[in-house]
Amino acid sequence: MIAVRGLSQRYGGGPDAIVALQDIDFTVAEGEFISIVGPSGCGKSTLLKILAGLLPASDGEARLNGTPIDGPRKDIGMVFQSPVLFPWRSVLGNVLLPADVQRLGRETMTQRALDLLSLVGLTGFEHRYPWELSGGMQQRVALVRALIHDPALLLMDEPFGALDALTRETMNVELQRIWLERRKTVLFVTHSTTEAVFLADRVLVMTARPGRIGDMFDVRLPRPRNLDVMTTEAFGVHTRRIRAVLSGGGGIE
Amino acid sequence: MKPSGVSFLLRLLLIAAFLAAWEGIVRLFGIPLFILPAPSSIFVALYRGITSWLYLDHIWITLSETLLGFALGSVFAFALGVAVALSRRTEYFLYPFIVMFQAMPKVALAPLIIIWFGLGLVSKVVSAALVAFFPLMVNTIVGLRSADEDRINLMRSLAATRGQIFWMLQFPNALPYVFAGLEIAMIFALIGAIVAEFVGAQSGLGMLMQSMNFTMDVAGQFSVLLILSLLGLLLNTLVSEVRRRVLFWDPSQKLGAGAPTKRGGLS
Repeated sequence: MIAVRGLSQRYGGGPDAIVALQDIDFTVAEGEFISIVGPSGCGKSTLLKILAGLLPASDGEARLNGTPIDGPRKDIGMVFQSPVLFPWRSVLGNVLLPADVQRLGRETMTQRALDLLSLVGLTGFEHRYPWELSGGMQQRVALVRALIHDPALLLMDEPFGALDALTRETMNVELQRIWLERRKTVLFVTHSTTEAVFLADRVLVMTARPGRIGDMFDVRLPRPRNLDVMTTEAFGVHTRRIRAVLSGGGGIE
Repeated sequence: MKPSGVSFLLRLLLIAAFLAAWEGIVRLFGIPLFILPAPSSIFVALYRGITSWLYLDHIWITLSETLLGFALGSVFAFALGVAVALSRRTEYFLYPFIVMFQAMPKVALAPLIIIWFGLGLVSKVVSAALVAFFPLMVNTIVGLRSADEDRINLMRSLAATRGQIFWMLQFPNALPYVFAGLEIAMIFALIGAIVAEFVGAQSGLGMLMQSMNFTMDVAGQFSVLLILSLLGLLLNTLVSEVRRRVLFWDPSQKLGAGAPTKRGGLS
């Protein structure tokens, strides 16, 4: 479904060029949940921007369902670190933003929006405004907004990074539940190793300067996973493996 | 400070004390009427002016000049602000003009405007529009450029057109700035109208003050000043009232005294 080949991203030119991404290769199957984990500056957000068509790649290409990604497309949903809600739109209005932009018709989309809002537990909040919601609720609205136009691919850029630890765990469980119900293809960027393993079918570990793929492995823990899985040995094997790559192959310091 | 009944009473008392002191000093030292009139003579002048319908005609003239100038200046300021904010090229070519014009005290143009547009309504409207123009244009530019990068990226990731990004994001996002600009523009329009009336007019509160000055009717001038203050207050309230309704979602609105009512708070 997604095929990334030889993807590189440089900022500036000549010998002073900053290489954000170098020779990234990977494929993603339909319905797969991929976590991309790495330190700050490893280019993971750059990678998402390229896949979203917001940034042209310097080299190589990314294909979505066979067609090269060379600009913004209508079949991608994005969730950012901050909810990025529009304060002048109600919850329902925010959720319907993609429908308005892509002229999908409010009548049919409103029912879908209400269904999705009930999926994330926000029934009854559709006429509230963003400032009336907690951070976790706002991020759920952002998630529903990313799903409303039924995108083929969901790109999530550290969506729970700004939430407190407890809310974050709740959101991880919620996201898994929603994903099990809707089975979207998800690329989930994070710098939490536990979050990465908990959610993913497959983890892609990136190293910094230049941003490369350091490791890639499957997570074969049964679903639905609950938070207790985080304390199991099988889970620990995965998180240790990520840390080993990030600390330069030398295991945990 | 939270206004309570007692502090409100104290406030009234302070104003009364101030007026009484003023009255007392003027009477005690026998200050002539043409230097500083006592509050009582100002109120008499005000009463006479209003009951003789003299003031009302002039208020109406100045008010219409101000509102027409405000509307004209705002339309141009907003349009030019949009053009500059959205196109670096437009900004590049207009920049020298904008800087020149910004540095110039606009009221100094009033005599020229009277020559070009005559003693009637048009010259006052033009003057008001010119003075009102700048604060709104600058605020429009700043507001349109203040759209958060993530929000722009969100719109772009949905394959939004430039027009959609403008109408769905940049324009509403700029509204708090635009309204702040409109509030200033309204008061500035009043200044522009009055200045033009000073320079040359057949009617209006500015002309009225000017003619009272010639006849040494200082109490009358004070009464017109009072009317002008009230007029400014009224116009300002008008804009901020509209702002309060339009920008119910703006968090900075809630910091002020007139917080919008929230329907059953959450938390």
